[in-house]
Amino acid sequence: MENEEPRIGVFVCECGVNIGGYVDTQAVADYALTLPNVVYTKVNKFTCADSGQAEIQIGIKEHNLNRVIVAACTPRTHEPTFRACCKEAGVNPYQFEFVNIRDQCSWIHMWDREGATAKAKDLVRMGIARSMLLEPLEESSVPVDQNVMVIGAGVAGMQAAIDFGDMGYNVYLVEKEPSIGGRMARFDKVFPTNDCSICILGPKMVEVGRNKNINIMAYSEVTDVEGFVGNFEVTVLHKPRYLDTDICTGCAACQEVCPVEVPSEFNENFGTRKAIYIPFPQAVPLRAVLDMENCISCKACEKACEAGAIRYDQEPIYEKLKVGVITVAVGMDAFDPLPHNNYGYGIYDNVITTMEFERLLNAAGPTGGHVVRPSDAVEPITVGFINCVGSRDVNENIYCSGGVCCMFSIKNAQLLKEKRPETNHFVFYMDIRATMRGFEEAYNRARDLGVKFIRGKPVEITEKENGNLIVRTEDTLKGEIVNVEVDLLVLGTGLVPNQGVRDMGSILKLPRSTDNFLTELHPKLAPVDTTTDGVFVAGCAAGPRDVAYSTAHGSAAAGRATRLLSVGSAPIMGITARINEDACVVCGICVDKCPYGVFEIIGTNGDRHVNVVEALCKGCGTCVTACPTGALEQSHFKSDQVLAQVKNVFLYGGE
Amino acid sequence: MAETTATGTTSEEWQPKIVMFCCNWCSYGGADSAGMGRFQQPPTVRVIRVMCSGRMDPVFILNAFLEGADGVLFSGCHIGDCHYVNGNYKATIKYKFLKAMVNELGIEDERLKLDWISASEGERYAQVVTEFTEQIKKAGPSPLKPEGVV
Repeated sequence: MENEEPRIGVFVCECGVNIGGYVDTQAVADYALTLPNVVYTKVNKFTCADSGQAEIQIGIKEHNLNRVIVAACTPRTHEPTFRACCKEAGVNPYQFEFVNIRDQCSWIHMWDREGATAKAKDLVRMGIARSMLLEPLEESSVPVDQNVMVIGAGVAGMQAAIDFGDMGYNVYLVEKEPSIGGRMARFDKVFPTNDCSICILGPKMVEVGRNKNINIMAYSEVTDVEGFVGNFEVTVLHKPRYLDTDICTGCAACQEVCPVEVPSEFNENFGTRKAIYIPFPQAVPLRAVLDMENCISCKACEKACEAGAIRYDQEPIYEKLKVGVITVAVGMDAFDPLPHNNYGYGIYDNVITTMEFERLLNAAGPTGGHVVRPSDAVEPITVGFINCVGSRDVNENIYCSGGVCCMFSIKNAQLLKEKRPETNHFVFYMDIRATMRGFEEAYNRARDLGVKFIRGKPVEITEKENGNLIVRTEDTLKGEIVNVEVDLLVLGTGLVPNQGVRDMGSILKLPRSTDNFLTELHPKLAPVDTTTDGVFVAGCAAGPRDVAYSTAHGSAAAGRATRLLSVGSAPIMGITARINEDACVVCGICVDKCPYGVFEIIGTNGDRHVNVVEALCKGCGTCVTACPTGALEQSHFKSDQVLAQVKNVFLYGGE
Repeated sequence: MAETTATGTTSEEWQPKIVMFCCNWCSYGGADSAGMGRFQQPPTVRVIRVMCSGRMDPVFILNAFLEGADGVLFSGCHIGDCHYVNGNYKATIKYKFLKAMVNELGIEDERLKLDWISASEGERYAQVVTEFTEQIKKAGPSPLKPEGVV
């Protein structure tokens, strides 16, 4: 087949009007037919649709094609589709070539039909030249380790871990906090049903703890990941809790006697915790943790611990684990209004955030469920809620936090109104985004209860002597400026990426979007896959979303990953580096250049040669460029294939 | 008659031909994002996709000039974001060397440009293309361009 004369078919996609509206697709197809070795061309309405793919396959059969070119959208989304289509019809998938005339012609030269069409012709000519030199390749596969890692044990990570565990796979569930549960463990109630958050999460946490296949690694962090799909080696740092978790019973006797009090992170720094503490009553694992930074080494806890679990000399432990797939569910942070003092936060005592309000509202919180204002611990009568704090704001983040902030402001106003009917509530909003099932009903319920909604973005907050706040805003529905006096002001802070998102982005080489959350492989059609094979993303790490969405996402990630686990092997792309041993002088430059350790020099004297471990190769081609003798080539991106494209950018006189 | 288009160019004005090498993961994605966002730009650039900016062989770039490119852009992931760990860092080393080589060829080294574009930076992609096109227009046709080549 390699020596066969190329018979090329060119299929030009109109993509409805996406391409056809701005590029003369028929002219492109007609031009292609004038080029050497092109025996068939066709303009398709939608090449990727069933009908379009059928047209390719008919073309292959009727014209005996051995090369196929599709001039359409981007190989980043559609290459697998057309490769599979070619393969079915008997053309090697690597002898298919993709030319992008949508993102590189029609959509970016919308008012220059002539220029866009000329450019499309050039790109097709380049693709044809490259396709002439494409060689048939076979995809190989690698075995997939049957262990799984889930990073982050919030609701998304927990759901993924439960699903993996229930399907019989061994799961390492890594959580940086001392307990699993994530953000949801801190909420009071969850919208739109107003279920008690910990009452529904608690049983799930217990389920994770009880599942024999789930190995909870709380107070641990992933510090490094090596390897590739099916064969990752993950380094996990187990931070010292300064006690033996096998012996600790979680009785909290140590916490009783500890004399050190520091602000409680779990309660958003309202109230205090001890230096040695149980994270929260429902914690899983229910074990104490000693915060050495604040410990004064009085050893009271050691004396109080009847089990004798305290270990002051514990060191951090780094553990290496082999896993086949990784799910990243590292969650998010709430937007921090402190650095810019948004709406007077950090300046006025009685301006708090939603997360702080959640803890005040919570019966297990620092005030036993009594919402009081920080300045004088008095229960407020009038409460204001400002939405879109840190979201939909060109000075902070332009994105909407997915309606999450709209809904928790509605929910919190409603809950306090129900608890204390004498209170008044004002929600200052730009738009109410109550988009999911039951959300609109929750919004109506709040209005029926008497919560007032004022459409406008407050411009100024001033504090009165008694600690009350004047919110100045335009009521855009009335078209007038209003000043509303409130006793307590709650900022509906948006969702932002956390340090875990940034760390995982760099450790796992996952790209991040303009909003700085992790990017999915495709925002619509591959929402839990990532660009790194074998790595999946779940929950808020991939953008703001609510509990229901995160849970579904966790299950989805587990489902996608299980495809690899249950088959037990993962395909490896055919674009790896190959070596021509006759040309290799064993200089070893490739050994240094490869970030994956593909190359090793083995043997001695006359037998000295470079061994290539193809399964490790990710196909970057850096080694090829570095090889001084030309012994290395990257399949599918061989130098002559790229140079053929370069040459055909240009037309020569007379042609 | 010269017709002004939305890209601000006139059809009779000389349009340079620029060869652009993009890595698959970031800058080719940036080109896709430019398309998705409909960020208009002059039709001067012909993109060649390689998997990593580390694959950027000096031979590709020198050949592009010899074949007739008025300018060559090459782009990859931002430093620290390389999909292949550090291929883009290796590309910077080649870039320094290539800048000197391009001068040796007898053309201005401003005809060669390396710029990092991430997959989310569609608008920036269009901006880089537009600005580089303007720069090359000022520099005029490449003196290395063989006769009769368009």
